[in-house]
Amino acid sequence: MSAQTTWTIPEVRSALDARKISARELVKEFYGRIEKRNPELNIYLALSPERAYAQADRIDAAIAAGDALPAMAGVPVAIKDVISTRGVPTTCGSRILQGYKPAYDATAVTLLERAGAIVLGKTNCDEFAMGSSNENSAYGPVRNPVATDHVPGGSSGGSAAAVAAGLAVASLGTDTGGSIRQPGSFCGVPALNPSYGRVSRYGLIAYASSLDRIGPFAHTVRDTATVMSVIAGRDPRDATSASVPVPDYAAGLGRPLHGLRIGIPDDYFGEGIDPDVRKQIEAGIALLEKLGCRRVSIRMPNTEYAIAAYYIIATAEASSNLARYDGVRYGPRVPGSTLIEMYRKTRGRGFGAEVKRRIVLGTYVLSAGYYDAYYLKGQKVRTLIAKDFREAFEKVDAIVTPTSPVPAFRIGERTANPLQMYLADIYTVTGSLAGVPGISVPSGKTSSGLPVGLQIYGPAFGEDRVLHMAHAFEHAGGSTL
Amino acid sequence: MKISKEDVLKVANLANLELSEVEVDTYRSHLDDILTYIDKMNELDTSGVEPLTQVVAASEDDSALREDVVVRADIIAEVLQGAPDPEAPYFRVPKVIDK
Repeated sequence: MSAQTTWTIPEVRSALDARKISARELVKEFYGRIEKRNPELNIYLALSPERAYAQADRIDAAIAAGDALPAMAGVPVAIKDVISTRGVPTTCGSRILQGYKPAYDATAVTLLERAGAIVLGKTNCDEFAMGSSNENSAYGPVRNPVATDHVPGGSSGGSAAAVAAGLAVASLGTDTGGSIRQPGSFCGVPALNPSYGRVSRYGLIAYASSLDRIGPFAHTVRDTATVMSVIAGRDPRDATSASVPVPDYAAGLGRPLHGLRIGIPDDYFGEGIDPDVRKQIEAGIALLEKLGCRRVSIRMPNTEYAIAAYYIIATAEASSNLARYDGVRYGPRVPGSTLIEMYRKTRGRGFGAEVKRRIVLGTYVLSAGYYDAYYLKGQKVRTLIAKDFREAFEKVDAIVTPTSPVPAFRIGERTANPLQMYLADIYTVTGSLAGVPGISVPSGKTSSGLPVGLQIYGPAFGEDRVLHMAHAFEHAGGSTL
Repeated sequence: MKISKEDVLKVANLANLELSEVEVDTYRSHLDDILTYIDKMNELDTSGVEPLTQVVAASEDDSALREDVVVRADIIAEVLQGAPDPEAPYFRVPKVIDK
């Protein structure tokens, strides 16, 4: 077994090329490490060794035959449990899908495997991706590998932690209101939420369809760029996927940042932000200036209404999307004497507290008499938030904010007050509502050693720009600021 | 108070969700906080603002619908394998029609 615990995509490739390790040996090594660390960290909900070794053997055969290898050949990856994998349990962190094995693969998974990646297994998450701490998983919370009594963030906490703990080289998460970026920030790894429509969602189990996106975590910005080029693009099976051309994101990295204008929303540094986070973000902005960016003060006047609009729109869409879990086609059924009674009992016992809370809220805001006051109003506020971004991007090339106002907190510390937990999504939900890409990149640590994430927003389909900036930031020592 | 216990029960009924007494009380109080917070939106004048339902993709051909072609998937066995009460090729449910 090799001594190396964290691998990047180029490191995997050069080890394979030099025949220092085979793909099969590499997979075995990762499973060995998972077996050792997963009982404590609770990152993986299911492993897929049969599938992983079969793929590894294909890669090893290609190497032996001297074939050209695809971009992610032999790279062990982890997939968030809301993304469908054929024959491999996919529970969404919920009891209501316990034992469910999809009959098909999500397009993003198909594309990863076509590029040579090896799927190790499925990662824990907040139930149906609803949460900011991973504490809403029916299978217990993931522990943050950086500080194991702390949450890894959510909802893609397992995917962020898998990379941070060296239990995967890269992973896929999903982001509806911050669920990729915030756990990336809490676990200290780069995490990209691409533009709405950039990555096919075929096979992604829906939470809020007008907001849900799939995106990568990895150890380096370069690796997130490599994964993005693999998974992005138009898919005839997802009508919301865009046919905007997909560049080679990794090839665009390494140019100087000189002359780029970064917008700093002044009102984003007001009350509620942790002083250490503020300090690290100020240092991060100073580093970007040192790299040649020009700081521009901007205003995003409708930000303070973003949380309200987000929780109306997301819960309304969730209440509709989650209607399908009724004990008929998949998951456990709680018997009832009538069909309706069976539905009610199955749903009442199958869903956890946060999911039920959001279904009740979502059904309420859509119900007769409240639709205009809540749902329609929320969509109008969404228009204004998108306008804030559009106007900002007329003046600047990118917008820089903290990813989260707070670093990782202790498990159990914030569960009593759901609204308090929602309010901490403020820097991420705005971009979710506007549909723009955002990356969280490590920007040093707090005085107690917890990672801080700096978020860079770009205009729609401007993944190349945010990756380019985040890469320069990382190379200039952003993570050790 | 924005939302009553009866409102919660009514909505849970619409959503086919069985809730315990304790859940009804807890959710009522949480939703009350959340809805009170959401009222903040009313500070904003949105008259004349169009609602944004979906951030749509940029290019023209994205709106094009694909051909409606039937493709056999042949996955009935896989689909039924995970069902709580299958009887191939059907899902069985409690009796719906009373005689």
